[in-house]
Amino acid sequence: MLSRVADSLYWMSRYLERAENTVRQLDVTMSLLLDSSETTADTRWQRLLNALGNPEGVEWNGDQDAMTRSMVFDGTNPASVTTCINAARENARQVREEISTEQWQRLNRLYHQMHSPQAQAQFRSNMNDFLASIIDGIHLFKGVSDTTMIHGEGWQFIRLGRYLERAYASATLLEVYQESLLDLGEQEHTGYQYLELVGLLRCCTSFEAYCQVYTADLSPDKILEFLLLNRDFPHALRYSIDGVRQSLDAIQSGGGRRPPEELMATAGRLHSMLRYTTIQEILDGNPGAFLHSIREQCKHIHELIYRYYVQYSIQSALAV
Amino acid sequence: MIPNEAAIPASAGKPIDLERLFRDYLLDGAFDEMRTRDGAIRPHYQELVEKLASLPPEELQRRKQSSDLSFLTQGITFTVYGRDEGTERIFPYDMLPRLITGEEWDRIERGLTQRITALNHFLRDVYGECKILNDGVVPREIVYSCKHYRRQMCGLEVPRNVYIAVVGTDLLRLNTGEFVVLEDNLRVPSGVSYMLTNRRVMKRTFPQLFHSYGVRPIEHYPQLLLNTLNSLAPEGRPEPNIVLLTPGVYNSAYFEHTYLARQMGIDLVEGRDLVTHDNIVYMRTTDGLKRVDVIYRRVDDDFSDPLAFRRDSGLGCAGLFNAYRAGNVTVTNAFGTGLADDKAMYAYVQDIIKYYLDEDPILNNVKTYLLTDDASRQHVLQNLDKLVVKAVGESGGYGMLIGPQSTAKQREEFKAAIEANPRNYIAQPTLDFSRAPCLFGSQMEPRHVDLRPYILYGDKVNIVPGGLTRVALEKGSLVVNSSQGGGSKDTWVLE
Repeated sequence: MLSRVADSLYWMSRYLERAENTVRQLDVTMSLLLDSSETTADTRWQRLLNALGNPEGVEWNGDQDAMTRSMVFDGTNPASVTTCINAARENARQVREEISTEQWQRLNRLYHQMHSPQAQAQFRSNMNDFLASIIDGIHLFKGVSDTTMIHGEGWQFIRLGRYLERAYASATLLEVYQESLLDLGEQEHTGYQYLELVGLLRCCTSFEAYCQVYTADLSPDKILEFLLLNRDFPHALRYSIDGVRQSLDAIQSGGGRRPPEELMATAGRLHSMLRYTTIQEILDGNPGAFLHSIREQCKHIHELIYRYYVQYSIQSALAV
Repeated sequence: MIPNEAAIPASAGKPIDLERLFRDYLLDGAFDEMRTRDGAIRPHYQELVEKLASLPPEELQRRKQSSDLSFLTQGITFTVYGRDEGTERIFPYDMLPRLITGEEWDRIERGLTQRITALNHFLRDVYGECKILNDGVVPREIVYSCKHYRRQMCGLEVPRNVYIAVVGTDLLRLNTGEFVVLEDNLRVPSGVSYMLTNRRVMKRTFPQLFHSYGVRPIEHYPQLLLNTLNSLAPEGRPEPNIVLLTPGVYNSAYFEHTYLARQMGIDLVEGRDLVTHDNIVYMRTTDGLKRVDVIYRRVDDDFSDPLAFRRDSGLGCAGLFNAYRAGNVTVTNAFGTGLADDKAMYAYVQDIIKYYLDEDPILNNVKTYLLTDDASRQHVLQNLDKLVVKAVGESGGYGMLIGPQSTAKQREEFKAAIEANPRNYIAQPTLDFSRAPCLFGSQMEPRHVDLRPYILYGDKVNIVPGGLTRVALEKGSLVVNSSQGGGSKDTWVLE
């Protein structure tokens, strides 16, 4: 597959995953703001921005309506839902011949939905429905991708983008929340604290899945364990990194070139770490530093993907 | 099974009566595709009219909306230059098919085959022995002063001697009913994807009508194109790697490039995907460099290789031309083919056909004034308000003056430009070319149309029946180019 095409598929997928993450976090933040807990709006918005990686040029200025609108519709806000969907579509447009017609139509519909003249009015009249319909659109795109595309190299790059973005976003989110989360400790929860915990889980669409595993007994340790180390839940870090590793394996075994040793090793090491560590070890150490190092490793994997598959030097390729 | 179109709910309203359907239907000197001069419906349009008259306006509207939506979600758009850079628009589309009888088509097909064969001979000759120039049939000046003449091509043997593998020729129908050639597009003709998607949408919009008309199929075009490209591969490359080279996503025909690449199952590459090494072209893949054998080029000559042509181009691939010269890669269409579709060269095509094939041209040209000739130029300058003036090297409706619709200021500008560089312009009479019925709301109105059939030339000449009918959708307009507000409709060649 052309390197440029792989690059576009990878970013198309990353941007859609990013859009979904932004929508979910916004939705949760808005719903938590309805309750008059001790946590102020300032803290919440600041935390939201931190969890989205502090997008450049976006600052919390106290105006909640303007902030939400900007996070959804502002094309100049690098983290807004619109920006991500535009970028995903632009990437898809550059590889229009590589994706299925159904994928393109799905993504195009999502794009037109964001840009339709009625979009802002729909958003104002019922924000939850609007955000839910965006998430629906993204889910449909993923479903259509899985059912209408050959599960070959292109699909693996889409999957790679999805899981790497998700792993990075989850690690960022947990890094931002872990301190306040662990402060809650073992003490008896008030209703507000319970809502906080549910909010964090809902940021990763994991409330129901958590309850299936641990019952509705919410404790910070268990939540961290679930979001970090669960093998079977698609929004858990370990699962995402496993997805990254599987896609890298599939891409590598499809090609005839020398295997990208460093890339496989980095992804494998990260996966093993999440596979064999226990939550107690993490909590006994420095959870913040642990999460930070996961983010750094995700970044490194991204750079290696580029070095091996996208921006390799011609000299090295001719030498083979 | 054919869906039953007659199953329309009773609540859908009354059918349109014929009188209303034709209320604003203008008949004048121009040839009307559907009606004779006395207003009668031509026999092959009878069924279409009956069908429309049987549908309630609401039903027509519904079908129109459903086909529009289909174009939008498929992302069938094009880009217009010079306004908001990079804005995408839906290609305007008219729901009524343009009908061509089998007999009419067979003549067109013979004429185009003859014309393309002769033009290919001409290119080979001019970049080779120059017999036609030595015999004085085509003047040397006009060849060597042509903007699209490529000195680099001289003495170069191209695979199978095919210079023009993919051609789109523009035809008009005059008020006598005769089809004539307006323009040959021998460089990078576009629009074939609209022909294919129009057909797909039409089959859904009027399935029963389509079936009962017995329309010749065109859907195999991508396969024919692939076979053509395959047949031109360099010797000793039995399983050639064929790619389509696009200028990229900001090109107005980008949709078409992606569409064709997908339909053919070949890679769509940009210049930045290609590298040359030791006169071999490679593309950068995730699995290292992969050799390229045939390039279906949708990038203009000038931008194809900064080493051979324009140095400031970032769209092409450095070293491509040398690899081509070495015979390691086929690039099609060949470079320098624009020489033969130059609008001044056009005036000589009839002579070119006679010279190489010793046959009379089957399809005629439009009368053309060469402005390098003093007497013609004087005549043209005095009659600018009646004539159409075109810059010779331009296409897509850019650089054109339509006399009867021009302002005095525009005429002054063209006069000055012509006097400064007469070789750069030609003039033609303003043509009263044919009109075909289009649907506006629930009324039919005639609009000017042309026809661009697509010709493929590999082992032999192949033309899918029909082509793209372009429509000047604005009332009274004579410009059909999509870049100038034209639209298109499906073309049905009947058995």
